[in-house]
Amino acid sequence: MSALRIFVPCDAAARAVGADRVAATIRDEAARHGVEVEIVRTGSRGLFWLEPMVEIATPTGRIAFGCVTPNDVPGLFAGYSRFAASHPLCVGRPEEIPFLKRQTRITFARCGIVDPLSLDDYRAHDGLRGLERARSLGPAGTVAEVTTSGLRGRGGAGFPTGIKWKTVADAPADRKYIVCNADEGDSGTYADRMLLEGDPFVLIEGMIIAGLAVGAGKGYVYIRSEYPDAIRTFSKAVAVAEAAGLLGAAAGFEIEVRVGAGAYVCGEETSLLESLEGKRGQVRAKPPLPAHKGLFGQPTVINNLISLATVPAILADGAEAYAALGMGRSRGTMPIQLAGNVKHGGLFEAAFGLTLGEIVDEIGGGTASGRPVRAVQVGGPLGAYFPRALFDTAFDYEAFAALDGLIGHGGVVVFDDTVDMARQARFALEFCAIESCGKCTPCRIGSTRGTETMDKIIRGERVTDNLALITDLCQTLKFGSLCALGGFTPYPVMSAIKHFPEDFDRPRLVAAAE
Amino acid sequence: MPTAWNESRASEIIRRHEGREGPLLPILHDVQAEFGCIPAPAIPQIATALNLTRAEVHGVVSFYHDFREAPAGRHVLKLCRAEACQSMQGEALADQVLRHFGVAWGGTTPDGHLTVEATYCLGLCACAPSALLDGEPRGRLTTASIAALAEEIGR
Ligand SMILES: Cc1cc2nc3c(=O)[nH]c(=O)nc-3n(C[C@H](O)[C@H](O)[C@H](O)COP(=O)(O)O)c2cc1C
Ligand code: SF4
Repeated sequence: MSALRIFVPCDAAARAVGADRVAATIRDEAARHGVEVEIVRTGSRGLFWLEPMVEIATPTGRIAFGCVTPNDVPGLFAGYSRFAASHPLCVGRPEEIPFLKRQTRITFARCGIVDPLSLDDYRAHDGLRGLERARSLGPAGTVAEVTTSGLRGRGGAGFPTGIKWKTVADAPADRKYIVCNADEGDSGTYADRMLLEGDPFVLIEGMIIAGLAVGAGKGYVYIRSEYPDAIRTFSKAVAVAEAAGLLGAAAGFEIEVRVGAGAYVCGEETSLLESLEGKRGQVRAKPPLPAHKGLFGQPTVINNLISLATVPAILADGAEAYAALGMGRSRGTMPIQLAGNVKHGGLFEAAFGLTLGEIVDEIGGGTASGRPVRAVQVGGPLGAYFPRALFDTAFDYEAFAALDGLIGHGGVVVFDDTVDMARQARFALEFCAIESCGKCTPCRIGSTRGTETMDKIIRGERVTDNLALITDLCQTLKFGSLCALGGFTPYPVMSAIKHFPEDFDRPRLVAAAE
Repeated sequence: MPTAWNESRASEIIRRHEGREGPLLPILHDVQAEFGCIPAPAIPQIATALNLTRAEVHGVVSFYHDFREAPAGRHVLKLCRAEACQSMQGEALADQVLRHFGVAWGGTTPDGHLTVEATYCLGLCACAPSALLDGEPRGRLTTASIAALAEEIGR
C-alpha cells in the first residue's frame, strides 16, 4: 500500500494555532500504528477559523478535517477506517465548503493545495504557463495583455498595472528594476503573506514576466520584518528557482529578498525605494515617478505582490477571461481578507462587486463573539469605518472612494458592539503619529496634537470645540500631506465621527459611567 | 544568544555585503542578529566602510523601529496592537501581559528575561489577538493561553 498523503498547513497563521504540533503528533501516531504517511506542509486554504485544517488524499480527492488539535489526532487514527469521513471534525471535501465554493480563485488557485517549495508541484498545477505565453507574445504583447486585463494595483492606489509597465518599458535605460512591495502593513491584511508562504513561485513567475515585459534584469522583494515565516519560505523558493535555472544571471533575471525594519510608511512606494537604497524611509515628492526615476534613479516597476502574482494567470488564461470578471472599472478578482472579530475569518477571492453586507454577514458569518456587528474598517489603518447602514456598498474602488473610503489592499476588520469608536479614531491619529516619516508638519506634529485632542474628547472636555478642532486638523492633513499616511488618516477619524456620533457624546457617556 | 561587541566580526559582516546595491539595511540587520543591537561603535565603522557620514548611518538606525541601541531580553514577545487585534480585545490581553511581567511597552524585566514590544500587524489577523514569541507566531490568544505562554516563558 502506498503512503497515506496528509496535508498540514505550514502557513504562519496555521502555525500560530498549533499546526506544527498537529503535524508532529500525526507523525508519531502514524509510527505507533505502523501506518506509512507522507506529510506535505502546504500553505493555507485561507479558512482560518478551521485552522489547523488537515487534509488527506483519497482516490476521489481530498477530505478535510477542521480545528484539529494534537489531542484529536489519536482519534483520527483509531477506528475501523483511518481519517474516516464520519469523524466529527470532518468538514468534507474542501472545495465543497461554501466559503471556498463561492470563491473565484485565480491568484490563489494553488494556495493551500501545493507544496510551496516544489517546482514540480507548481508545474503540475498550471505553473509557468503564463511565462511561456509571455515569451511567445514578446514584451509589447505582454504589456498589452496586462493592460487589456484591466488589472489595477492591489496595494491600495488602484493604478492600472499595464500603464505603469508601459511607462517603464518605454523609458530608455540600460538598467531597470522590478520591485515587489511585500510590506503589507495594513492591519487586517495577509494576502501577500499567504502567497509568500503558500505559493511563492507564482510571485517569482510574475516578476520574471514583468522583467521580460519592461526589459528589467533585476528584481527586489521587500518583505516586512514582521513576517519571519514568509521571509524564510520565499528565500528558499528563490534558491529552488535558481537551482532550476529559472532565476539567475544566466536566466536573465535575478531576485533579491530584502527585509524591512518595522516602518509602516515603507510600504509607500517611494519610501520603500529609499529604504532599499539604504536610507531613512522618507517619502519622495513626485514627480519624478518611480517609472521614470525609481530605484537608484533607474526606471522601476513597483507593484504590490498581489498585482505581480496575478499576472501569470492573466497571461495563461488570457486577458479577456480576467477582464470579464468584476464591475465598472474594477476588473478581475480581489482577495478580500476577513479579519478581527469575525466568525469565518479568512481569505475570500472574488470578482469585485459583492456588497459589504454580503461579505461581512453572509461570508464572514457575523462576529466571532456572537454579538452584533457594529463597525467595519475596510482598507487598513487609513480606511474608513463603515456602519451597518452602508452595508449595501459594493466592493469596488470607485464605490468606496465615493464614500470617503478605500478598499486598499482588501482588508476588512469587523468590530462588535463593544467597540468605542472614539478610541478607534484616537488610534488612527496615534498610529499616524507613530509611523509618520516626518516630512510634512501636519502629519508629524498635527497627528500628536490630534491624539491629545481626542483624549480630551474621550474625557468629555469641551467636546464640541474639540471636535471642531479635529475636523479642522483633518482638513489640514488631507490637503497638506505628501502621501496617503497623513492624507488619508482623516478617513478613519472622520468616518468614526460621522457614522458613530453617539460615541463622541462623551459628557453623557462619562456621566452614564459614573 | 547575541555575542559581545567585536570589531573584526563586524568587519566580516560588512564585507559579506560588498558589491551589493544599497547594503545598509541588510548590514544593520546582520549586525543586530549578531550583537543583539546596533552597538555604538558599529556606526562609525559602517559609515567608513560605506563612505557615509556617521550622522547618515545614525539617522537610518534611529528611523526604523526594529533597530535597538541595547540588546533585548533573552526572550522577545511582540504583541500586536493593530485594529484586527483590538477588535478581539487585544488591548485588555496586552494589559494583562504587561502587568504579569511588570513591564511597560518596550520594557525588559529587571532580570533580562523578557522584553515585551508593541507591533502593528503580524498578518495573523484572522487568528487575533496574535503575537510573535521569539519569532514564532501565536494566535487566538486568550486569558488562558496568555497564562500558558507566561508559564512557557518561565514566569
Ligand atoms: C503609508 C502607505 C503605506 C503603504 N503600504 C503599502 C503596502 O504595505 N503594500 C503595498 O503594496 N502598497 C502600499 N502602499 C501603496 C504603494 O505606495 C503603491 O501604491 C503600491 O506599492 C503600488 O503597487 P500597485 O500599483 O501594484 O498597487 C502604501 C501607501 C502608503 C501611502
Ligand atoms: S504625509 Fe506623513 S508619512 Fe506621508 S510624506 Fe508627509 S510626513 Fe511623511
